[in-house]
Amino acid sequence: MKNKLIELRNLTKNFDDQQVLKGISLDIYENEFLTLLGPSGCGKTTTLRIIAGFEEPSDGQVLFNGIEISKVPPYKREVNTVFQKYALFPHLNVADNIAFGLNLKKVEKSVISQKVERMLKMVGLSGFENRDVTLLSGGQQQRVAIARALVNEPKVLLLDEPLGALDAKIRKQMQLELKKIQREVGITFVYVTHDQEEALSMSDAVVVMNNGEIQQIGTPTDIYNEPENRFVASFIGESNIIEGHMIRDYLVEFDDFQFECVDKGFEDNEEVEVVLRPEDLDIVEPEHAKITGVVRDITFKGVHYEIMIETEKRMYNVHTTDYAPVGKKIGLLFGPEDIHVMCKMGAY
Amino acid sequence: MKQMRANTKLQNAYLAFLFFLMYLPVAIVILFSFNESKLYVSFSGFSLVWYEKLFRDSAMMEALKNSLILGILSCAVSAVIGTLGAVSLSALKLRSKGVLEYIAILPLMVPEIILGMVLMAFFYMLKLPFGMLTLLIGHTVFCVPYILVEVKASLALMDPSLTEAARDLGASSWRAFLDITLPLVMPAVASGSLLAFAMSMDDVVISIFINGPRISTLPIKVYTQIKTGVTPEINALCTIMLAVSLTALAVFSIFRSHKKEENRDEEQIDRASEPDQEL
Amino acid sequence: MKQYRHLIRPYLIWSLVLVVIPLFLIVFYAFTEEGNEVLTFSFTWKNFARFLEATYLNVILKSFWLGFITTAICLLLGYPLAYFISRFSEKAQDTLILLVTIPMWINMLLRTYAWMNLLSDNGIINQLLGRLNLGPVSMMYTDFSVLVGLVCNFMPFMIIPIHTSLCKMDKSLLEAAMDLGANRVQTFWKVTWKLSMPGVVNGVMMVFLLAVSSFVIPKLLGGGQYMLIGNLIESQFISVGDWNFGSAISMILAVIILISMRLMQKMDKLQQEE
Repeated sequence: MKNKLIELRNLTKNFDDQQVLKGISLDIYENEFLTLLGPSGCGKTTTLRIIAGFEEPSDGQVLFNGIEISKVPPYKREVNTVFQKYALFPHLNVADNIAFGLNLKKVEKSVISQKVERMLKMVGLSGFENRDVTLLSGGQQQRVAIARALVNEPKVLLLDEPLGALDAKIRKQMQLELKKIQREVGITFVYVTHDQEEALSMSDAVVVMNNGEIQQIGTPTDIYNEPENRFVASFIGESNIIEGHMIRDYLVEFDDFQFECVDKGFEDNEEVEVVLRPEDLDIVEPEHAKITGVVRDITFKGVHYEIMIETEKRMYNVHTTDYAPVGKKIGLLFGPEDIHVMCKMGAY
Repeated sequence: MKQMRANTKLQNAYLAFLFFLMYLPVAIVILFSFNESKLYVSFSGFSLVWYEKLFRDSAMMEALKNSLILGILSCAVSAVIGTLGAVSLSALKLRSKGVLEYIAILPLMVPEIILGMVLMAFFYMLKLPFGMLTLLIGHTVFCVPYILVEVKASLALMDPSLTEAARDLGASSWRAFLDITLPLVMPAVASGSLLAFAMSMDDVVISIFINGPRISTLPIKVYTQIKTGVTPEINALCTIMLAVSLTALAVFSIFRSHKKEENRDEEQIDRASEPDQEL
Repeated sequence: MKQYRHLIRPYLIWSLVLVVIPLFLIVFYAFTEEGNEVLTFSFTWKNFARFLEATYLNVILKSFWLGFITTAICLLLGYPLAYFISRFSEKAQDTLILLVTIPMWINMLLRTYAWMNLLSDNGIINQLLGRLNLGPVSMMYTDFSVLVGLVCNFMPFMIIPIHTSLCKMDKSLLEAAMDLGANRVQTFWKVTWKLSMPGVVNGVMMVFLLAVSSFVIPKLLGGGQYMLIGNLIESQFISVGDWNFGSAISMILAVIILISMRLMQKMDKLQQEE
């Protein structure tokens, strides 16, 4: 088991009358890539700013290596931030931006230039030392911002939607590169984003937040495959969410049929919600399936078709490579492991 | 198409006409600085006699010196007060902030004549001897707001995460102010100070209320001379000053465009040498 | 950002000592008269009552009338200029705006003096007219000469804010308006004019403030008899020595100006909310 590096204990934060954090508790481990994921206004950035020291929590504790730091100013924390719009100092060139922190620590000049050079090499900008930062492209500015933070050898790097301002292609590439950098330097990254795809592809752990509360903490696979509630299921990936109830362990009923499943631990006859991911559903001839319906719409999505199927009870979204014409009557097939049962939102 | 061209012609004629009106007095001032005769009525012949006389006129040189000293000192003092005021005002979240901001620009909204008279009454009450000191203090009253307004505008455009980034990288708030905020508002401080300097050099209304009997600035000199008749020496002096400012401006803008071009060249080289940095 | 709190001190002291206290001083003077003994003051409305005398009322009316006319002329002449300038290329615009400001680098008094020499009875314009046998036209020491001086001096203060707001305007808005069926004239009134309102308001306020309180230009171009509110204040302080009455006039002028500025700002806000 890795060591706990940061512990957030029951953090709350009020701005004026509005409570933006409603009791956040979270452990962040060494050498972990942790993502705070949620829609805008969910409190993810505020949480990050509390860790960085730009905001003080209204209540609760921030422990760093077991020591309370919520009153320690940002410049005394072993934490560095990559800002949303990079916040590169426009009056300093690339090298001076990166050397900013080291200069403050009065590190020797020769050491500084060595470290700057190494950092630039790591982010793939060797030879850019004397450039004007305002003339760099978005992706290059991003790299400088990362180098500027990492050169201080922080224990934790905080990244506030760092890829938000980049276009799609560069974003993909930077995702891979960030992950590579994180492995290379071997420190903790705390990453804030509203992009679920980004979160799932880069993280060791994902924290899904909404309305100032943590909805679920888990590995990307857990979060995707076993969403704990309706919010997580609908926020992450596409899903068909169906109300039903557990007959008993391993047996759930919805849309008037009973299905075997792999979930247990609910009370008998407990009201639940069932998630069926569109890509887990298959279309078959109607006689081979319990639930049947009619194809209402079909859209080609490149790799697969997105098919909207109207059944007696609802509209199902199905992603499949099979083609079915509009108006065709078909059956929906899925296995026990495709059914994800979760607690009903209110009861959680 | 034809109509468009006619419109453009009309537009250019209008521009030319208004510029003619605005430059007419300027042209007269410059023209008569080269006039042979002292009379302003007609141009009797080209001569540099007034330029010669100007440099030998110790009273005029004294007035110029006073104006320059006054302008530089009041701008320096105002730059400090105005910059600190702008930075602290935009950082503060006080309920009284609105009032403070209103006070900040009040001297620009109150007519000059009232400011002059108010300051005169005030200095009189304090029994300050009228002279360079009262002029200096008086000039800061309108110099500070010019600088403050400029600096505040540039702070409003500044990304607040820049100072946060500095603190994140280990700068104390004081260092963040010195290393980040100050250099970034410096252009605004400079342009505000320049404006304030120009205002100070040109001010007559406030100055005539608070200057002492023995001290004279350039505008005051002109003001008192107008009553008795202006000698073209003043025209010569103002022509020189205009020439100096225009030269400074030209040098500055050439320098700037040169720098811009250099940057552009560098950028192009990048694009050529590393075509797929990003991809 | 608590750390900047102590930085405000120099500014606070400056504004308190040099702006707030002196301004209160004129309020104090305006409401008092000197008693018989040294350093005794008594409260009075007398200074304001005196103001209602016809001569003084006329002065204030004339000042505001002249301020109004100057502002109107500056707007009428300056708006088209700013508008035309904004249609040039960016580089040309910079140059043209610079050209607008350069005359201000020559001492204002000297420029006014140049006008005196242009407009006087045997001045340059009348000499030219004389050659055309159009006889001398008396222009100096009239409302006309004062207006010429005021308009020419304050024109840049109208042009620059209007140009700034025209520049900030997104050009695609104009294309959008035309695309949606507005012709050139409609586009101008419905989009350009509306969006340049902040600049117009700024320019109008600035020119009006300068014109209504000007006293050097009227004195030089209008002659010694030409009385505007600025000249009245000056004479009360410098030649007559009645500081109390001078303060009362100043206070009235300041209050009217501050109120009209507030009104202009409110109107501007209302219009933008529409």
